[in-house]
Amino acid sequence: MTDIQYLAPTTLDEAIRAYAAADGTGHILAGGTDLLVQTQAGMVQPGLIVDIKNITDVTGIERAADGGFIVGAAVAGAALEKHTDFATAWPGVLEGLNLIGSTQIQGRASLGGNLCNGSPAADSVPALVAAGAILSVQGPDGRREIAVEDVPAGPGKTNLKPGEIAVSFAFPPRTKGASDAYLRMIPRTEMDIAVVGCGVNLTIEGGVCTAARVGLGAVAPTVLLVEKAANALIDSKLDDDAITAAAAACSAACNPIDDKRGTVEYRTRVAGVLLKRVVGIAAERAQA
Amino acid sequence: MSSNDNKWIGESTIRPDGADKVTGRATFAADSTMPGMIWGKVLRSPHAHAVIKSVDTSKAEAFPGVKAVITSSDIVDFPIDTPFPLGIQDMRWMCRNVMARDKVLFHGHPVAAVAAMTEAIAAEACKLIEIDYEVLPHAIEIDDALADDAPILHDWMEFEGKPSNIAGVLEHTKGDVASGFAEADVIIERKFTTRPVHQGYIEPHACLVSVAADNKTTIWSSSQGQFMVRAMTALLTGLSQSDIRAIPAEIGGGFGGKTIVYLEPLATALSKKSGRPVKMAMTREEVMRASGPTSGSKSVVKIGCKKDGTITAAEGTYWLQAGGLPGAPVRGAVGCALAPYDIPNGHTLGYDVVCNRSKVAAYRAPGAPIGSFGVECVLDELAEELGLDPLDLRLKNAAKEGTEAVHGPVYPVMGYVESLESAKAHDHYNAPLGANQGRGVASGFWFNAGGESSAQVNITEDGNVVVTTGHPDIGGSRAGIANICAELLGIDYKRVSVLIGDTATIGFSNLTGGSRVLFASSMVVTESTGKVIRTLCELAAKIWDIDPDAVDWEDGAARPAGANAGQFEPLTLAELAARANETGGPIGAGAQVNTTGAEGGFGTHICDVEVDPELGIARVIRYTVLQDVGRAVHPAYVEGQMQGGAAQAIGWALNEEYLYDKDGKVDNPGFLDYRMPVASDLPMLDTHIIEIPNPKHPQGVRGVGEVPLVPGLSAVRNAVYNAIGVRFNDLPLSPPRILDGLNVPEAAE
Repeated sequence: MTDIQYLAPTTLDEAIRAYAAADGTGHILAGGTDLLVQTQAGMVQPGLIVDIKNITDVTGIERAADGGFIVGAAVAGAALEKHTDFATAWPGVLEGLNLIGSTQIQGRASLGGNLCNGSPAADSVPALVAAGAILSVQGPDGRREIAVEDVPAGPGKTNLKPGEIAVSFAFPPRTKGASDAYLRMIPRTEMDIAVVGCGVNLTIEGGVCTAARVGLGAVAPTVLLVEKAANALIDSKLDDDAITAAAAACSAACNPIDDKRGTVEYRTRVAGVLLKRVVGIAAERAQA
Repeated sequence: MSSNDNKWIGESTIRPDGADKVTGRATFAADSTMPGMIWGKVLRSPHAHAVIKSVDTSKAEAFPGVKAVITSSDIVDFPIDTPFPLGIQDMRWMCRNVMARDKVLFHGHPVAAVAAMTEAIAAEACKLIEIDYEVLPHAIEIDDALADDAPILHDWMEFEGKPSNIAGVLEHTKGDVASGFAEADVIIERKFTTRPVHQGYIEPHACLVSVAADNKTTIWSSSQGQFMVRAMTALLTGLSQSDIRAIPAEIGGGFGGKTIVYLEPLATALSKKSGRPVKMAMTREEVMRASGPTSGSKSVVKIGCKKDGTITAAEGTYWLQAGGLPGAPVRGAVGCALAPYDIPNGHTLGYDVVCNRSKVAAYRAPGAPIGSFGVECVLDELAEELGLDPLDLRLKNAAKEGTEAVHGPVYPVMGYVESLESAKAHDHYNAPLGANQGRGVASGFWFNAGGESSAQVNITEDGNVVVTTGHPDIGGSRAGIANICAELLGIDYKRVSVLIGDTATIGFSNLTGGSRVLFASSMVVTESTGKVIRTLCELAAKIWDIDPDAVDWEDGAARPAGANAGQFEPLTLAELAARANETGGPIGAGAQVNTTGAEGGFGTHICDVEVDPELGIARVIRYTVLQDVGRAVHPAYVEGQMQGGAAQAIGWALNEEYLYDKDGKVDNPGFLDYRMPVASDLPMLDTHIIEIPNPKHPQGVRGVGEVPLVPGLSAVRNAVYNAIGVRFNDLPLSPPRILDGLNVPEAAE
């Protein structure tokens, strides 16, 4: 029954100072769609909650000098959805983010929160990994960049250092013929947690896949970057053989657990099925 | 009653509770507060099965802010050797369910409760209660509980002379099954399982209880019967019923799960001990762990037919999980299983099996979907074997007026055949199917119920109407009663205000359950309104100075009739009400009746599914519910009941189930992983209302709410078979199960 201190600073420095000083009892509140649920369930007992929504560094959507996007870690799903340029460039990232929760949750849920919650089943993370997005974090020792696939450390854990706060995601500039897609398997049609999630980001030039990245969720302790699946697609015309090989690579990469949401066998099979379907969608978008 | 002449009966009038609910003003159980109120919290068992060796509450009692701590010694004990039935419950089990006595029987079983200044203090104090448990092996599944070396939950329980987890048995027999099977050309026998599923009401159990120094007690709670709350709380706390006033809150769903008490007796004991009003509310997790779902089951069903499809014999044996204390809905399973059919030789047998799960509670047609499931699946297979349309096979054997059911009764006029014929003629049944799509049909029956109801109809001084009944409204009874009362009085339905009385303001009324409420309460409202009309005619006769028998009531006014017709201007309800004092006094009448004549209900469902063969996902893409409802007093509510039942059946068939970990603890105690269908999982559920009026009811009403859950499990399962050619006999048809079935097609045979 400890009291919870709540701070809503307007600058990143202020937030980092307070967060670092909280000595491990601090929790960052972006949308709060995980934190509030976990607090209510008694899974976490925050001593300090640092609400970062009033900090412009984490809430903006900007174009970088190279033409890529910089998306604040706390930008809500509903806000990113309204950004038509981003939606055109990264439809897969957006569909991963927008699948989280209900319409109400979308008013709050963010890419940064989804990533830092550390769930292997996080819906936006496979697409972020496939996108090659880079997370910028800031802490007591300053700013650093981490590839999204290197952020999760295991269920509920990240490689962020004590006191570090996720600030923004950098997405590489988009070239012609590039697009992405995300699909997840859930027993229902919405309001569920991915049994398997798969994000694919492709570039197609002259009918040939020249670049590909594949992210796979809910099949291992962390979201995976499946390079073997990507390699099977690269330099192919995305013919059946290439896609079958990529699907097999996805199934082979799976290291899931049997739990209430799915069996090892089911997850392993479904990973390959989703890969095939996601490649189809991403390829269609890339060539549209 | 002829439907064509009606103005309000048969109209989907605006529901009286609608405005409050959509604007958030409706008061649910957890919305009540009182000055001086404190909070109660339940300490629950961390073990699935254990002996309670000792309980030490001293540290919790000494904790600052704690006002009272109770244990089983504060709840009245009902000894095992003396049955104490109350409705379909037995107080021996209720007292042990609300608070474990010598043993905990499931993870989440209450062992103590604390009342404190805040919820947080109460929760913290619960942790300070020291309980010494002797942990025992547990039995969750039926086969675990029936095994030779099964842990026996109750040392006083014996079956066939041996210690057992079988608490009871019920069977129905008609004719001679052995000779019936001997006459059959085709016999199919299959084994089935269904999982325990929760009612999934959106409002968790909650109450506020205030016990005054003189024991006068007020209970605000969400239940399916304020009189049940009063009776059970009185028995469990030692108060007299006349000291308790139980006030029903608006109810956020019940589906049978709120026909028993959990918190009310605990809050009463805590309030009595602390001298403060005590509020208690379960979390969703507590609801999932410790309130009653319906049983999981296993069954063996065998049906024999002649080549032309005539059923010669049918047999069903069922094992139903009761949870930690006896009381599985065996009657619904063995009674409803074969009820839609005219079967010369039938036998159903059901076992009530205790196991270390929360005690089951009623769930919409309790037991009937379990009984029906295997029967409707075997009929589907028989139809295929015989080359018959599955509806034709059912038509060939359909029960009708005069049929003697296997469970006993001889049916009066009813519309089961009409539901089958309507299904056959329905465009849904004849629509083309695409790839990976399939269609299934199934039928179902529910007993329905009558029982005690009370009503009071009062005319206000300004000539409007207030009707008070004694049943919580979970299915639209207020709207239906407003229609009926307005019809009888010949006035606009908006002039009739229908209220639900508390135990101090209306006469005894039994539970909202068994699809009985509109049936029973409209009988007492009709009788009361008839008395009021007689009074109104007498008042008019007095004013006109003519014989009361020479006055008719028509279109909301008294009119001189017979020889006096046309001699006086009609006197309206408002005019008579305004002159009530000079002509005789207040106008109002009541009725209290133990109603009878609630005849059973029948329905047939058509379900289309599409199966994703790579992911194993079955989605319902079209669904039609066809049902004889007697008389649709308020058609929108009737459709809502038909759709709601079907939606729950689809969830039960496809995804819902309790998952337990190895320690006997529910692993999915929330809506995220206990997968009820969400709106986007379902297509529009179409309804086809059939009206064959119940001859034993003034408006022809039959119960509607429970029948539509019964056929749904097998309709979905039969549709999945039709789509992919695999007969699944175990529910739910979750994606991994379907994918497994698709990859081992022989496994179905």
